[in-house]
Amino acid sequence: MALDRRNFLKTIGVAGFTLLAGRNLASKTSGNSEIEFQGLLFDASRCIGCRSCESACAQAHNFPEPQDEMVAGVLRKTNETQRCVINIRNTEAGEVFSRNACMHCNEPACAAACLTQAMFKTKEGPVIWRADKCMGCRYCMVSCPFDIPKFEYHSANPKIQKCDMCYDRIIEGGIPACAEACGDALIFGTRRQLIAEARKRISENPEKYVDQIYGESTAGGTGYLSLSPIPFTELGYDAKIQNKSYPELSKGFLYSVPSVFVLLPPLLLGIYEANKNSQPKEEENE
Amino acid sequence: MSNLIVPITKDNEEKSTWQFLLHELKPKGEWFTVFNIISIPIILLGIVLIVIRFWKGIGSITNLTQEIPWGLWIGFDVVTGVAFAGGAYVLTFMVYILNMKKYHSIVRVTVLNGFLAYVFYAGALLLDLGRPWNVVNPIIGNNFGTSSVLFLVAWHFLLYMFAQLIEFSPAIAEWLGAKRARKILSGMTIAAVIFGITLSTLHQSGLGALYLMAKDKIHPLWYSEFIPILFLISSVFAGLSMVIFEGSISHKVFFDQISEKNHKAQNGILKGLSKICAGAMFAYFFMQLLVFIHGQQWALLGTPMGYWYLLEMFGFVLLPMMLFFYSYRTGNIFMIRFAAIITMLGVIINRLNVTVIGFRWDAPVHYYPSWMEIVVTLTVIFTEIWIFRWIITRMPVLGDSPEWVKEEK
Ligand code: SF4
Ligand code: SF4
Repeated sequence: MALDRRNFLKTIGVAGFTLLAGRNLASKTSGNSEIEFQGLLFDASRCIGCRSCESACAQAHNFPEPQDEMVAGVLRKTNETQRCVINIRNTEAGEVFSRNACMHCNEPACAAACLTQAMFKTKEGPVIWRADKCMGCRYCMVSCPFDIPKFEYHSANPKIQKCDMCYDRIIEGGIPACAEACGDALIFGTRRQLIAEARKRISENPEKYVDQIYGESTAGGTGYLSLSPIPFTELGYDAKIQNKSYPELSKGFLYSVPSVFVLLPPLLLGIYEANKNSQPKEEENE
Repeated sequence: MSNLIVPITKDNEEKSTWQFLLHELKPKGEWFTVFNIISIPIILLGIVLIVIRFWKGIGSITNLTQEIPWGLWIGFDVVTGVAFAGGAYVLTFMVYILNMKKYHSIVRVTVLNGFLAYVFYAGALLLDLGRPWNVVNPIIGNNFGTSSVLFLVAWHFLLYMFAQLIEFSPAIAEWLGAKRARKILSGMTIAAVIFGITLSTLHQSGLGALYLMAKDKIHPLWYSEFIPILFLISSVFAGLSMVIFEGSISHKVFFDQISEKNHKAQNGILKGLSKICAGAMFAYFFMQLLVFIHGQQWALLGTPMGYWYLLEMFGFVLLPMMLFFYSYRTGNIFMIRFAAIITMLGVIINRLNVTVIGFRWDAPVHYYPSWMEIVVTLTVIFTEIWIFRWIITRMPVLGDSPEWVKEEK
């Protein structure tokens, strides 16, 4: 599915590059495996704001326990030592909690931006960051529409910090620390199962939910999905986020690169040959 | 500063190359010039700051935030600096491809300028990298992020530097008196030029394409899917304005290097360039207008950002365009230089609007460069000028090639 498009992009890029370096790297594209993307489903109508997921995340990744108070109307953000945050909102429907973390996009802008593939969409679904590849250019931060990757500005050996869905636990058959710590507001599963589950909840309790699964089509589909009793914009989700995937935006440009490389040099050569022996133009005398 | 120049006198036959190089490394000319007095302390301070930056992290000397991860060093040094270096590909196109001989005398200095601009301003990218030791990853091998625009831009920078080095290399060969090498190297010029123009088209637009994915983050008056084309067209007049500006200064500072004939040709060249600038700016203005109408952002014009946008379009594109046109008609050289300066300011404003000022214009915490970021930027610029001056006073760049070159033809 989504991977196909990525691979296509990659192949096009490789084709463009091959024209330069004369090396064929096309064989390197990673496999279209049958493994399904996995993800997380957050249900704001079930979240009680206990912040267990925050502290479980901190413990799992050796960060300090988050200390700051949660205050209605004050938006806490993820940062370089905190990969997920819970926020509280006072709405007509009472107190509602939202949870913010990496969306694990199907077609991640961060990974499309990364020139070293340090940001990487794994075949299991999590988008991970790899220290041995990253050169710290922060282009992933510029590109992520959700402002998720965070940079350690005060370190001589800075890392990019963002949720990796506890990738190391997942490949060993475990589940993310946050989902393990949470009662039932946050569940882990394949993206397909989660969407089915979300649909079921909406249709069984239509009065309890707005009829939308945030992340089903947002930004081209994400691995982290949310349900909410109030409209998502009221919950603090950015209304500007488009439904198309973000890498799509620079695709047109990348596609045109190989053609420019094929067409422009012969054209220039032609013009050069045509003008080679021409006498100084009349312009010279102006 | 004009007393800085010592005429180049050398008889390579007598000395060994090493002696010659050692001799050339020594500074020439006067030390106590205005430029030196200003630039030396700034460069020293800049070096200290760079050491701190690598020791304590980027945050220790910059004001960058999690929302605004790219600031002055990318927005000005890299994005704007490379636009100004665009003169090299435009001029090589005119001289080598279109065979406009009139501009031949300024090609070398422009290519040198372009080359140094890439080395230093694209090199400034290294200062901004958090993990620069991994910079080889996308170059040597197994980690090609080929879907990344930055990957493309980085590779093109690198390749274009080589192309420019080849274009410039005959001057180095002439300086060293290497006759055989000069012949081989100048035989490669056309290939390098064609390759270089192709690379330039792609990475000048690529610098704009870098921001395509940041759709929601850039102010709508500056974001459009046409940023790459706008960046490409504006690099034409950005580069040529830089050529006019730099040429005017070089003509004063390095007066005694330039032959009588080329001095006379200077005004004609400036007039020709101003005509091209006016044309490119007209195309650019028209394009911006279309983009604006297409974007349907009328309501935004009434906001402060809207006024700023209008000022950029009318004060820094339309006005200098008319000045260029007018001065081309009347042959007013002073006016051409004036127009070039306004155009350059306009390009700086435009690039910063996309990359810094309009980037997350709605963020709660705005980004302003720290004084330390500015000092480091100045360090980069001044060091480049030092190297430029070192080369100009030694190699046949502004002046004519040595006699043996003509004899060989
Ligand atoms: S939310 Fe941002 S960091 Fe996470 S996968 Fe999507 S683009 Fe990447
Ligand atoms: S900062 Fe690292 S992970 Fe992000 S785009 Fe650059 S190289 Fe990739």
